[in-house]
Amino acid sequence: MKTLKINGKVVSFKNEKNLLEVIRKAGIKLPTFCYHSELSIYGACRMCLVEEKKKGLIAACSTPPKEGMEIKTHTLKLQKQRRMTLELLLAEHDRECTTCEKNADCKLRELAANLGIENIRFKRKDKKLPIDDSSPSIVRDPNKCILCGDCVRMCEEVQGIGVIGFAYRGSNTVVTPAFNKKLSEVDCVDCGQCAAVCPTGALTIKSQIDRVWEAINNDDKIVIAQIAPAVKVAFGEAFGLKPGHSTEHLIVSALKTMGINKVFDTCFAADLTVMEESKEFVERLSKGEKLPQFTSCCPAWVKFVELNYPSFIDNLSSCRSPQQMFGSFAKNYYPKELGVSRDDVFVVSIMPCTAKKAEACREEFISNGDPDVDAVITTQELIKMVKEAGIVFDDLKEEPFDMPFGFATGSGLIFGATGGVAESVIRMLDEEVKEFKDVRGLDGLKEAKVAKNGKDIKIAVVHGLKNARKLLEKIKAGKAEYDFIEVMACPGGCVGGAGQPQPNNAESRIERALGLYNSDNKIQLIRASDNPMVQKLYEKWLKTPDSGLSHKYLHTCYRPRRRIEGSDIKFSAEKSKMNIKICIGTSCYLNGSYDLFKEVDKKIKQDNLEDRVNLEATFCLENCNGSPSVEVNGKIIDKANKEKIFMLIDELI
Amino acid sequence: MAVMVKDYKRSFKKVNEIIESYGRNPVELVSILQEIQEEYRYLPEEILNYIATAMGISPSKVFGVATFYENFSLEPKGKYIIKVCDGTACHVKNSMDLLNALQKKLKLKDGQKTTKDMMFTLETASCLGACGLAPVMVINEEVYGKVTPEKAEKIIDEIMKREGNSDDKNN
Repeated sequence: MKTLKINGKVVSFKNEKNLLEVIRKAGIKLPTFCYHSELSIYGACRMCLVEEKKKGLIAACSTPPKEGMEIKTHTLKLQKQRRMTLELLLAEHDRECTTCEKNADCKLRELAANLGIENIRFKRKDKKLPIDDSSPSIVRDPNKCILCGDCVRMCEEVQGIGVIGFAYRGSNTVVTPAFNKKLSEVDCVDCGQCAAVCPTGALTIKSQIDRVWEAINNDDKIVIAQIAPAVKVAFGEAFGLKPGHSTEHLIVSALKTMGINKVFDTCFAADLTVMEESKEFVERLSKGEKLPQFTSCCPAWVKFVELNYPSFIDNLSSCRSPQQMFGSFAKNYYPKELGVSRDDVFVVSIMPCTAKKAEACREEFISNGDPDVDAVITTQELIKMVKEAGIVFDDLKEEPFDMPFGFATGSGLIFGATGGVAESVIRMLDEEVKEFKDVRGLDGLKEAKVAKNGKDIKIAVVHGLKNARKLLEKIKAGKAEYDFIEVMACPGGCVGGAGQPQPNNAESRIERALGLYNSDNKIQLIRASDNPMVQKLYEKWLKTPDSGLSHKYLHTCYRPRRRIEGSDIKFSAEKSKMNIKICIGTSCYLNGSYDLFKEVDKKIKQDNLEDRVNLEATFCLENCNGSPSVEVNGKIIDKANKEKIFMLIDELI
Repeated sequence: MAVMVKDYKRSFKKVNEIIESYGRNPVELVSILQEIQEEYRYLPEEILNYIATAMGISPSKVFGVATFYENFSLEPKGKYIIKVCDGTACHVKNSMDLLNALQKKLKLKDGQKTTKDMMFTLETASCLGACGLAPVMVINEEVYGKVTPEKAEKIIDEIMKREGNSDDKNN
């Protein structure tokens, strides 16, 4: 056992990767902005500085503990240093705290209070940078950014995307998407994890609270709420309960107190999803096509595939997510039951997720301008609404969900944790299975096998999009083979969604998942097909799973998406008879579009057609299935090759 | 912009050669960007996007590197890049007068660095390391020492004449 001294006290340590962990274990909460145990160490914020006897001032996060070190954590020198750093950060910061979305859990504000900052000696920066609210889920206010880089590392290291990065240098440094574009113009998947780790109000979740209050106060609207499983085990954290404590019936009560007319359970829709998705899987398995089947419950993952892996689009389950299945029957079926019209119903989802806000805006889920889901609020927004409404949490009395969509099996409940969807499908495939622990837990990749009709079905579960990317690359390279793959974008699955209360770390995620599994244990019915209300819905409305009606109302389609907005690369004269655009997006590039470009260019030169043919290279024609794609005079040509294009040139010129 | 269209045509074919010559290694990004800038005289956004795609890195990272170094430009630059030194030695030798004279001569408005005909770009440098010749100006690779505003105007006139461009057309 090795030891070191902290403030004169002997402390032992073992495998702690840095001094900060040792100090925190010793019960001293050193402040940090840029340290997250799940991200790489950056050492930029200088808040965790400590004084070591021999080395002087060192950053505890980036120093490994050594035998015999003598550390002091709160000398006068350190206090002065930390205050100075904080003052400098605050001088650059837009300090409109009362109106800031993050005011309740801003780390900067909290530290300023804890360190006793009373005065900022430096002149305030008066330059205001524009706020980007183009995304349906995230708002970026660069004036509140302290350049800790948490968001940059989260997006790149955990999600494997890298939407935002540092740009410029010195006092001009900003965190921004490429070319200062808006979030809506780049390959952001709306997972919101950047906002979840942001210590200030620089990245926040776009609120839809006002939209919900408007509907509640509109007497012509029947307001229907659905609550996602991950919300149930996190909501109580804001009121002193431990993560994992199930509060579903208290939420029902709070929503009813606010004036929401009907409160249903997204788990019911999850049961419906399992019915459809497992039927779809069995079908694909018997035909041996579109395998592996990917889950499609997570909208960030779906968008990730559309943007980055268009060749896997067909592998996505065509099932809508539980949120959108709920929206569909709440708008297309339920009004008839109630004897009202679709327009009279307002659907609000309460989700742990920011990507669900973007999902609700997808054109597939809007009929004649009316979305199936009208508003999506996160767990955090729900907490704000409860406080705004003056509801006293301790006085809430449990209330049951409304029927018929308030009844769910344990299968729907575990959707909230990574592995839950896979386990639910496994429970459908194998009647013997009650608990399937191989797919539970926080390992980045979980694998399992289930025997069905004498054949082994290979299952994989990943969470965090970086893990998903690794798996897809392995499959593409032929190094891995599966039949069914569950992907959730957020670490830990929905329980770790960006809309969950803080702290949203690994410990909280484990506890929340445990809460869901505990509730699952208490429920007798654990298979989606056992849900009598789901059976009734089929009898009355959809007939059978995977039927024509269910495809119309419960399934959807996907399309390749362009990763970045921008202009095309132009080559020749503007006045020309023929316009050829060769796609050089990722998918086409990998399928040899650049060589094709060279060939076409050569021909144009050889035949002296430079004034008559306009050749351009473009970033994604959104026709990745047909890659390499070429657009000739506005018409897209699939699987283009030089013969096809040469023929067209000869024909048209 | 007619000049630039021709340049695009010539340059894009070289982009892949440049990327390939560095084995598509992201570590070589700075070198790749330098060569691209030599070819285009600046770093066009769509070419940077293409580089990111071809090298398998995110556009935000390429943008970060391209904006970090003073020498990279995301704005198109003129055929002749004039750098007026404003290091201490040149500054005390009235380099600002020289800069003002050039701005006036090239009809550059506030904040504008490049003439509309894409012929000249006017910049300052912190020190060109030729303090003995102060004030110094460099046009592309050519160094001019002890430049007076009058001398500078003459140099510009000569270039304009060579390019078949009169003073009046340049605005």
